[in-house]
Amino acid sequence: MMNIKVLGTGCARCKSLEKLTVKAVEELNLDATVEKVEDIQKIMEFAVMRTPALVINEKVVLSGQVPKMTELKSLLILNSGAD
Amino acid sequence: MQIKAIKYRLPAVLLLAPAWILLFMYLHRAADFTVFRLFRLEPGTHLTETIRFFVYEVPKVFLLLVLIIFVVGIVRTYFSPEKTRKVLEGKSLFTGHVLAALLGIVTPFCSCSAIPLFLGFVEAGIPLGVTFSFLIAAPMINEVALVLLLGMFGWKVALIYVVTGLSVAILAGFILQKLNLTRYVADWVYRAEVRHMPIEETKPDFRQRVRTGMAAVQEIVGKIWIFILIGIGVGAAAHGFVPDEFLAGALGSQHWYSVPLAILVGVPLYSNAAGVIPIVSVLIEKGVTLGTALAFMMSVIGLSLPEIIILKKVLKWQLIGIFIGVVAAGILLVGLLFNYVLFI
Repeated sequence: MMNIKVLGTGCARCKSLEKLTVKAVEELNLDATVEKVEDIQKIMEFAVMRTPALVINEKVVLSGQVPKMTELKSLLILNSGAD
Repeated sequence: MQIKAIKYRLPAVLLLAPAWILLFMYLHRAADFTVFRLFRLEPGTHLTETIRFFVYEVPKVFLLLVLIIFVVGIVRTYFSPEKTRKVLEGKSLFTGHVLAALLGIVTPFCSCSAIPLFLGFVEAGIPLGVTFSFLIAAPMINEVALVLLLGMFGWKVALIYVVTGLSVAILAGFILQKLNLTRYVADWVYRAEVRHMPIEETKPDFRQRVRTGMAAVQEIVGKIWIFILIGIGVGAAAHGFVPDEFLAGALGSQHWYSVPLAILVGVPLYSNAAGVIPIVSVLIEKGVTLGTALAFMMSVIGLSLPEIIILKKVLKWQLIGIFIGVVAAGILLVGLLFNYVLFI
């Protein structure tokens, strides 16, 4: 099962990335959990300097932007394989 | 073969450049045509002058906005906070401050990322003051401010704004460094352990950079167009109806208190460049001196309370107070310098 985290302190772009990710996971029918991480200390553990960021299975795949739906889906598919 | 052909095709949006140039060149004539031929307004009245100002300024500012945000959007794809941090690591203090302020202009930055960015810098061992130089320059000198200053005052004022803004960022960061304020950073910051893991992001090709530029135009213009319309609307009305030198009495250069007053009013005001610069253009037209106007503009754009309060999570209130004080003092210096030294 995939573990997906959306890192963001609560700005508008962070919320839209979360929504988009939930939708993408549903549409792709992935076996995954989507978690929102808002605590700044936890966010810093991933060493990102821009929010929102997307973490798949503990790996940062995207930071500082909200991607297009198609880009997000290909990112999810690319990183869905067992690590 | 086919893939190669697609890859090297010039992005179609660049073909719009000639259309942009033509539009910009004939804007004055088009505006006059609209006002005098289409609306059949009588030349010289207050109302005509107001409408003429609006009809000319709005498309001009939007044309400039689209172009500069697009170009800056592309330039920014070559920079990132991670790269900036790498450049700043281990630099001598002076070089560090200058570089931090300069990089503040081109590094993509959004105030909602201020905290992760602050922590990322501090944990990489970048001195507190250098980090502040970056955090002061990044919001203060941005492409929207630059466009509006260029459009409404010409390149000289735009340049003055950039140079003085940089100076304030460098100087304030330098002083904050000398004050040795590390003890006022929230305790957990220096204790936090950061996993250093590589962030896997692919390098974009030119087409993607152009797309990023277009996305920036869409996002920023979508967010600020209403402020610009209102700002220019107020500006146009004042241009037509308020007598020149109207404000010279209260905010002219002969009063020592005009600059501090402008800062005092400006700091709590929360607005972006888009809202405040058209207003500032009216202030100047109606007799406020450049130094006072610069100070007002900088304190509204660069020092806004809501953004500073975000930093409360990582800074103790003493440091926030000192930070505001030092930056405000820098802005005060700029204002007084322009009012008394450079324009006598």
